[in-house]
Amino acid sequence: MDVSVADKEFSDEYILDDIERKIIYATQAGLPLVTRPYDAIAEQLGIPMKEVVSRLRTMLQRGVIRRIAAVPNHYVLGYKGNGMTVWDVPDEKITELGQQVGKLDFVSHCYHRPRILPDWPYNLFAMVHAHNREDAMLLVMQIAALLGDNDHGHDVLFSQRILKKTGVRL
Amino acid sequence: MDKLDRDIINILQAGFPLTETPYADIAVQLGINEGELLERLARLLEDKTLTRFGPMYDVQKLGGAFSLVAIQVPEEQFDKVADVVNSYPEVAHNYQRDHDFNMWYVLATETPQQIDQINSDIEQRTGLKVFNMPRLEEYFVGLQLKV
Repeated sequence: MDVSVADKEFSDEYILDDIERKIIYATQAGLPLVTRPYDAIAEQLGIPMKEVVSRLRTMLQRGVIRRIAAVPNHYVLGYKGNGMTVWDVPDEKITELGQQVGKLDFVSHCYHRPRILPDWPYNLFAMVHAHNREDAMLLVMQIAALLGDNDHGHDVLFSQRILKKTGVRL
Repeated sequence: MDKLDRDIINILQAGFPLTETPYADIAVQLGINEGELLERLARLLEDKTLTRFGPMYDVQKLGGAFSLVAIQVPEEQFDKVADVVNSYPEVAHNYQRDHDFNMWYVLATETPQQIDQINSDIEQRTGLKVFNMPRLEEYFVGLQLKV
């Protein structure tokens, strides 16, 4: 693997202090379902509630926490057409195109990843979610229309089966 | 799932306040009382309509290395290769996809070198080429699907 690529994954690292680390461990499984959830965490960690809230706020501002929110199970909510769409677009335009695709209201993740030629020509990845595969294909057509001449080829990979999903442990 | 459940999911996907009594604050917006919100939320988590409720951490910002890796696995070897790949604790997700590249796994390790080590280990054990595709740039993460 290209080492510069790996280093780039390291570049936006945020150094946690002990209190932040404890807060992360205490909230990894979720927020307590009690009237004063931040008080409950503070009590568990033996620190003031204001400290918990200010650390959470800092981590939100720094993007360490994307948001504090509920994560629905897409399958249970009827989203069964979940496709990884992959696109071959010109490298010199990828940032602009990626930002445009990322703004579409049915794209949940959008990344630039390396091509591995000749087997893998695609450099832009966008996950789309629809109620079924037919609807998902309509979304793919919308992305193709947006990319226009910059679409030098694309494909859709639907998920068939989850073989493992343990998540990332901190 | 009724309309109130859907309203709760939609509002809580958008975000949760850092206030002293955040559930009560959200309940006011929904026109219900705090007890009803907590009860509903507990049920939605219990029956797995929601997979999680709380801070969503961007693990990539916390250090470590990540990559998405694909393999073209011949059908008759699929289960054996899945066992090999899944045996590594550093494999956080593994999906079967409808394509020649039919196995896609996510590696999460402490260092970039471990990504390479595990991938070459998997290549040796399976005799298959792995395609390592770490993210180079992120344009968007975190769509809220309306329910």
